[in-house]
Amino acid sequence: MHSEKMFIVSHAPFWHNGSNVAERHYGMLIAAMPAVALGIVHYGMPAVAVIALSVSTAIFWEWLMNRLMKRTVTVADGNAALLGLLFAMLIPATTPWWVVIVGTFLTIVIGLHIFGGIGSNPFHPVAVAMMMLIVSWEPFFDFDAALVNYDFAFNAVFPLTLSKNFGSAAVADFTSLNLLLGRQVGGIGSTFGFGLIGGGIYLIIKRYIRWEICLSFLAGIFLTALAFHLAAPAQYAGPMFHLLTGYTLIAAFFLLPENASSPINPIPMLIYGAGAGIMTMLIRNIGMYHDGVLLAVLLMNLVNPLLDKIRPKALGKVA
Amino acid sequence: MMNNAFSRPATDTIYYELLHRTPLGPQHVTSSGNATFLIEGKLERQSQIALKVGDAVKTGQKILPFADHPAYALSSVTGTVAAIRPLAGDFGKNYTAIDVTLADTEELAEAPADLAPTLTSLLEWLGNAPGKPPLDLFQAADHGIHTLVVAGVDADLLVGTNQYIIKTEMHAVNRGIDILKEATGVPNVAIAVPRDLVQGFGHTGAGELKAVAPEYPAAIPKLIVYEAFGQEIPADKTCEEMGYVFFSAEAVASIGKAFESGHIPIEKTMTLVDKNGRKTIISARIGTPIADVLAAHQIETGSMDRLIIGGPMTGLAIFDEQTPIKPDTDAILVQDAGDVSLVSDYPCINCGECVRACPTRVPVNMLVRFLEAGQYEDGAELYDLFSCVDCGLCSFVCVARIPIFQYIRLAKYELSRMTAAEASDAQ
Repeated sequence: MHSEKMFIVSHAPFWHNGSNVAERHYGMLIAAMPAVALGIVHYGMPAVAVIALSVSTAIFWEWLMNRLMKRTVTVADGNAALLGLLFAMLIPATTPWWVVIVGTFLTIVIGLHIFGGIGSNPFHPVAVAMMMLIVSWEPFFDFDAALVNYDFAFNAVFPLTLSKNFGSAAVADFTSLNLLLGRQVGGIGSTFGFGLIGGGIYLIIKRYIRWEICLSFLAGIFLTALAFHLAAPAQYAGPMFHLLTGYTLIAAFFLLPENASSPINPIPMLIYGAGAGIMTMLIRNIGMYHDGVLLAVLLMNLVNPLLDKIRPKALGKVA
Repeated sequence: MMNNAFSRPATDTIYYELLHRTPLGPQHVTSSGNATFLIEGKLERQSQIALKVGDAVKTGQKILPFADHPAYALSSVTGTVAAIRPLAGDFGKNYTAIDVTLADTEELAEAPADLAPTLTSLLEWLGNAPGKPPLDLFQAADHGIHTLVVAGVDADLLVGTNQYIIKTEMHAVNRGIDILKEATGVPNVAIAVPRDLVQGFGHTGAGELKAVAPEYPAAIPKLIVYEAFGQEIPADKTCEEMGYVFFSAEAVASIGKAFESGHIPIEKTMTLVDKNGRKTIISARIGTPIADVLAAHQIETGSMDRLIIGGPMTGLAIFDEQTPIKPDTDAILVQDAGDVSLVSDYPCINCGECVRACPTRVPVNMLVRFLEAGQYEDGAELYDLFSCVDCGLCSFVCVARIPIFQYIRLAKYELSRMTAAEASDAQ
């Protein structure tokens, strides 16, 4: 009865749809490329240096943590590279090298690995790192100060600072088209509207992210900004301005739909996205920060486990 | 089914394949020299064996290995008993295997004289007929079964066995239904057929037709009851406990044929899927080693291939080509080493694909966290383990390639063992 032929004996199912984790992360890296490319065009070699340092140190921290915790080295799955790239996309091109290294440390080690690694992080690791840095060393993240030596063909004042301090008339020359074309200052990869939207649509079609979160977030921003604008048109800028400035678009497609820190049931996804949109606008218009997106992301990450308890009744469940 | 990442559509709906044209066949396979019959029940040292090596058996003869137990198999061949041995199955199942070496000439046993449309007689003779009719469900006095569902659909993908039977042997199925009605007194009979083929079944007089949707896993019994009868089976109950009993079309046809010919059928119809995915409807006698089936169809197997009994989503991978065909072996699937998909130890990334794929809305992402940690009771209580209908779609779509379905089956098995142990302690 015992033959030399050894079959693979494993459990059902014997088919798989072929998806894998690395494919998702590389897909997101590809989706981020247009926005990153315009950042490099705007800010030149300093941007390249920041991106390279950020991605490579993020990979290094991931490798180091895998080694320290005696686990399989998971650098190849692209998660660390993606987080490194997202971190670089949020910061100014002139960020000092040591801030970048600390930032990727906070992203990978504090934001991700101390919670148990991929899939276990309660907050988006990049949002955690960014907020820690902004609270600690705010001057490096003031885009007007950081990018003062650049000479742009467009109004080189951070639009959200302008609108907060001088009201909606001051940002009248930021037309939607100019903002979509990336004619504004900001993080390396967070200003190119068309690029981010295109990348986001690619991610939605590939189902790497969930459209419910993106759209409800954008709708939340739009409606809240519209309400503020209608209440006091001179003080508060219009909804399109808020949709296309700051970290709105990068958060909609790259930060909020992060798997581990966002809900997966339909109604919670809508609440999560809309809640983040409303919080963003409250912080921008009433709070003390110019751009409230990262705080709104962290806040909604925090309520995610509660939200995800709203779920459809399973088949055959009594009561 | 390993698709390229860039060409794969962004939907995971899988459809059952229909046998639009009735295939010629079934192609018959004969055994090359031995047959093995499996009888449920453990062969213990103290078992009273009523059979010994060297005993002659005839085709159609009942084999009763235990002197003190009525479990039996029906010999499908003529020969001599070569061995009686214990055999372990998966999830704690135990069998007694009886190997028979074929004789040169076939001798038919006498047709059962006492075959009658009564439950006792059916249990006596047809319990191991092709399709394995679950007649024992009617044994309890208070079984409460009100509907007999004849499944003319196969629950798993690629398998076309029962679809083939319902298309080609409707006469025998109708006869079988009449006999079952008489024997069990079950008031309602329904025949489940693929929705797209309903029109072709105008001639069934025996039972109400129920259409089954073409999307996997609509043909799983609990989902048929939910969709076709509008009744939600509670998570902790089986279909039988709620009064629905499922017979495969082949099982019903076997009963019909037994009464037509007077002999108990011994030919099992199966779907054979080769390494290229080509489907053939075949038939072979119960007990024939799978190796003989593969040899007859020139399917070569090698190391690291996968040999599967049943379909690709819920089947069982076996390690031995000598495994015999059983009364409920509906399909044999051969997978090439290059097509074998493997699982990983990567953690859940909470992408939610499983939750969206689940036909019964189980929060698989949360459930799997509990099951990975061995917290089966919490998983069952908090995250709907028992709502699962065992379709395997969660594992199919899992991005991290976690063996979710295996965790679920293991949890259900462990919990059933715990319940059984508690019940026996209480006595």
